[in-house]
Amino acid sequence: MDQYTLNLLVVGATFALYIGIAIWARAGSTSEFYAAGRGVHPITNGMATAADWMSAASFISMAGLIAFTGYDNSSFLMGWTGGYVLLALLLAPYLRKFGKFTVPEFIGDRFYSQTARLVAVVCLIVASVTYVIGQMTGVGVAFSRFLEVDNSTGLFIGAGVVFCYAVLGGMKGITYTQVAQYIVLIIAYTIPAVFISLQLTGNAIPALGLFSEHTASGQPLLQKLDAVVTDLGFREYTSHNGDTLNMVLFTFSLMIGTAGLPHVIIRFFTVPRVADARWSAGWALVFIALLYLTAPAVGAMARLNLIDTVYPNGPQAESIAYDERPDWMRNWEVTGLLKFEDKNGDGRIQWYNDGSEAYAATATARGWNGSELTVNRDILVLANPEIANLPGWVIALVAAGGLAAALSTAAGLLLAISSAISHDLLKGALTPNISEQGELMAARIAMAVAIGVATYLGLNPPGFAAQTVALAFGLAASSIFPALMLGIFSKRTNNVGAVCGMLAGLGFTLVYVFLHRGWFFIPGTNSFTDAAPMLGITSLAIGSVGAMINFAVAILVSRVTAEPPEEIQELVESVRVPRGAGTASAH
Amino acid sequence: MRENGQNSEYWAANLRLVGVCLVIWAVVSFGFGIILRPMLSGIEYGGTDLGFWFAQQGSILVFLVLIFFYAWRMNAIDRQYGVEE
Repeated sequence: MDQYTLNLLVVGATFALYIGIAIWARAGSTSEFYAAGRGVHPITNGMATAADWMSAASFISMAGLIAFTGYDNSSFLMGWTGGYVLLALLLAPYLRKFGKFTVPEFIGDRFYSQTARLVAVVCLIVASVTYVIGQMTGVGVAFSRFLEVDNSTGLFIGAGVVFCYAVLGGMKGITYTQVAQYIVLIIAYTIPAVFISLQLTGNAIPALGLFSEHTASGQPLLQKLDAVVTDLGFREYTSHNGDTLNMVLFTFSLMIGTAGLPHVIIRFFTVPRVADARWSAGWALVFIALLYLTAPAVGAMARLNLIDTVYPNGPQAESIAYDERPDWMRNWEVTGLLKFEDKNGDGRIQWYNDGSEAYAATATARGWNGSELTVNRDILVLANPEIANLPGWVIALVAAGGLAAALSTAAGLLLAISSAISHDLLKGALTPNISEQGELMAARIAMAVAIGVATYLGLNPPGFAAQTVALAFGLAASSIFPALMLGIFSKRTNNVGAVCGMLAGLGFTLVYVFLHRGWFFIPGTNSFTDAAPMLGITSLAIGSVGAMINFAVAILVSRVTAEPPEEIQELVESVRVPRGAGTASAH
Repeated sequence: MRENGQNSEYWAANLRLVGVCLVIWAVVSFGFGIILRPMLSGIEYGGTDLGFWFAQQGSILVFLVLIFFYAWRMNAIDRQYGVEE
């Protein structure tokens, strides 16, 4: 059976499974549509949260980000997992106790302010829409590489499948498909990693293999890697080359951004009790850690494998001839994600750090005229099974895994968007008298429209799409997280304080990002660059400062304005105590 | 809102627990993983230093332990103060 048929069979089987779940898990009420009837087991919810959270970026890009930068990109590993500690300790149990359906609804009720609710809706929609564009383009890329259809056909198929289970089943359908998608993606991620770890270190657990001995050289794997990358003029893999302040702030920004992302928070509304919300955050991190502990191993081993492919006799010796390059390189050259240009005309591939001044003399002495290989960091995970010569079904599984990661996150984001529209805008503001059945219909229509918009944006990604994912985290970090935390931990924070805080945090972060990346991301309109940032802090890391400003403004303004009314203080008291969550949910 | 006094004791116990957990959370990630890494550079682990391990794996493992520890302790405190569901 050829590779194409295999891919088609495996991806087709997983899609059939998702649609089967959609038919089985239809939603009959708004409670089922928004919160899966609050009957999801904490372990099941943990698994669904893991799939909801781990996007195409985690599955496809993260190992590559670490592979090509090394230690300095550990921020992604710590930031995207450390947020779950904040979620478990500071937000999830209390928001579950509050017992409503959306994040803006909590902000609106707690700060007794329609304005606060609307500001939260805007933040939620901006953060979620920018995020969903990346997922949809990811779906298109995976389809075009593995199923040989063009980008747009792939996107339509993906959107069609999401449409089935998200519109029919809402949160209920999404929960159970996410569980299936988690299982597909974790198997797909782990199998190639295990084989590569066995080949390089003889250790079957990649997370341990990373710190074991490299069988071929007898040296520890990371020492070997440090040696070969420095031989080619790259920075040492394990050393800290960047700026400490920015690394701390960027990590912190990813952590509070993660804790403030609405599509993750609403997953914790689906468990039966407050105690379950606490356990469930732990289980979510268990399932996430299975991938996140493997990712740094995949990154380091892929980098070593890649250098080994180009320099089969070590980086001191002659590199590989272009005509003798392995098949997987040929396959990826077709996609344009791997490029070779013979700059010195010797018919061999040289890959080194041509930006290093210290290495320039060595390069000239070796007759090199610039690095000749361009590798898109996103192909590392996808090409892994081919690099390791694994059987065809593993390649097909990786294709299905990438699609599962993108589709599960897209569905979670679409639910957050559509419930903000039907529940916060329609039911909460525009048409408060809408019936339960009417709201359910409105939620389904909002979902269908959101899928349409996401598909359109996936087909015609705005030029700034890649830039805005960083913005999504900055926004969630600087606007939503502080408002939620103060709402629970500070009884004194009032409506004026919360609104001023959110606007200050959001405004500061937006302006700072625009100053560095161009106003509304229009190229050339920026006054600073991330290489020489205004306050010495890059636009990626600025969300942390925005959050601090939000906290400070909210606390100060609340102090000089009227105390929140008695019933709001009682609401905060009741949110802090688990007892009574069952009655609150039947609203 | 039965006895308000007891509720505030319950809340204080929660805040103490959250505080301890967050200190550990910050020390393993921002501390051992980034700022204090030079201090750990003498401790070798798997071909590199312990700080690298904390940044890439150790902190994640500690986060896991922290969440389960918090859930277990907090659920016990709920029962102790009689506010569990």
